[in-house]
Amino acid sequence: MRRYNFVQLLRNAIGFGEGWQEAWRSPEPKPSYDVVIVGGGGHGLATAYYLAKLHGIRNVAVLEKGWLGGGNTGRNTTVVRSNYLWDESAAIYEHSLKLWEGLSQELNYNVMFSQRNLVMLAHTEHEQNEASRRVHANRLNGIDAEIWSREQTLAFIPILNPSMDIRYPVMGASAQPRAGIARHDAVAWGFARGADALGVDIIQNCEVIGVRREGSRIVGLDTTRGKIDAKKVAFVAAGHSSVLAELAGFRLPIESHPLQAMVSEPIKPVLDTVVMSGTVHAYVSQSDKGELVMGAGIDAFNSYAQRGSLPILEEIASAMIELFPIVSRLKILRSWGGIVDICPDASPIIGKTPVDELFINCGWGTGGFKATPGSGWVLADTIANDRPHKLAEPFSMERFASGRLIDEHGAAAVAH
Amino acid sequence: MLLIPCPYCGERAEPEFRYGGEAHFRRPDNHLEATDETWADYLFMRKNPKGWHRERWMHIAGCKRWFYVVRHTVTHRIAASYKVGDTWPDLPA
Repeated sequence: MRRYNFVQLLRNAIGFGEGWQEAWRSPEPKPSYDVVIVGGGGHGLATAYYLAKLHGIRNVAVLEKGWLGGGNTGRNTTVVRSNYLWDESAAIYEHSLKLWEGLSQELNYNVMFSQRNLVMLAHTEHEQNEASRRVHANRLNGIDAEIWSREQTLAFIPILNPSMDIRYPVMGASAQPRAGIARHDAVAWGFARGADALGVDIIQNCEVIGVRREGSRIVGLDTTRGKIDAKKVAFVAAGHSSVLAELAGFRLPIESHPLQAMVSEPIKPVLDTVVMSGTVHAYVSQSDKGELVMGAGIDAFNSYAQRGSLPILEEIASAMIELFPIVSRLKILRSWGGIVDICPDASPIIGKTPVDELFINCGWGTGGFKATPGSGWVLADTIANDRPHKLAEPFSMERFASGRLIDEHGAAAVAH
Repeated sequence: MLLIPCPYCGERAEPEFRYGGEAHFRRPDNHLEATDETWADYLFMRKNPKGWHRERWMHIAGCKRWFYVVRHTVTHRIAASYKVGDTWPDLPA
């Protein structure tokens, strides 16, 4: 891999950009691998990268049925934060946030991670109480978190609606200064380039259509590009996890739903932070291009269609206008949907499955992007050592039988 | 947006309805003897198919009654709706 640096940039500028290499190869699949990862989104690519980098397992393939980062990695609203209520979640998301902080240097690829503060508005007394509970819990877990007054909040976000004469006026907020946004495609591309340089085969347009087992053990996969043997397999397929689990012969506590987002036309800088509101229900940041990137809740019905219903977009728009009256005449440039894997407790499933040598990482639901490096890190460790990583232990599938759920619905503020 | 055929009121727009998830799964009969795994299966595990799905809907802004719908989770096409207690229509091929 040729490193990206200033000298390279200069040399290629002189050469009219014709000297740039491909960021990763596109090899034909080999007949067998030590580890096959199904799913070429951020989580799957990060898993492959850390397997090769930290555990020396380089005979690895990442299978992607479409194109890299074409699923939820390229469809989210790019928010990165770690201010979750429960200890188990705080630990894994904070681990991830720490990795984000050095990720561009680690990958030699600019993931444009911008720590620009994240403000969660409180509109009722109850929400203020919940916010202070969460802030205290965060601080006990070593996560930066602050409680803000109404005045502080309005001063920090000048375009916020200051009126007290609305249904949900701004009463205050909680904030996480180290939170922010990142460039979603760059995360997939950076991990892909890094993994490829370490010998990982990245195979696109390769859909898994069958799972081959010998007894209780997985031995390989049937794909649209032929049979591939594998000593170990990991499913990291987000919205399609249930489909893969059915092929492998077990069930998951997951429902797939569309999660929609949209961007406005680009405007001059008006918002230099991330704002979330659980009650009026929207979250928004402004991209470097100037578009307002907006999202809210999922469509209620099960779907694999990567598109949702119009009423959801209408709800996002009306919430936005309530929070920021100046956006009322902005045009919506485009909207899209991704298929998110919702767990009953809004927490992920990471670890072993009922099938031997088959691992799974799914259930991140509406908030998986922020966990990309941390999720890959713990899954790589889990696969390499054949036991759950310490941070992944609480997120095992057994919790649904034991009842030890990690209920982040509401606890982490609804919006992700 | 979905156009949902309520078996009592006819076709209405999606915002009039509340979704109730997968239909036709049964609470464990012998609930005192049921294992934790059986309960987990009933409470949490779902078919979540990519294809035809039998699901529950409630006409919250209309007759306020629960009923069933057969809907495709990729095309969103609705093949049938039926009342509680009706015979289940076959899934389309």
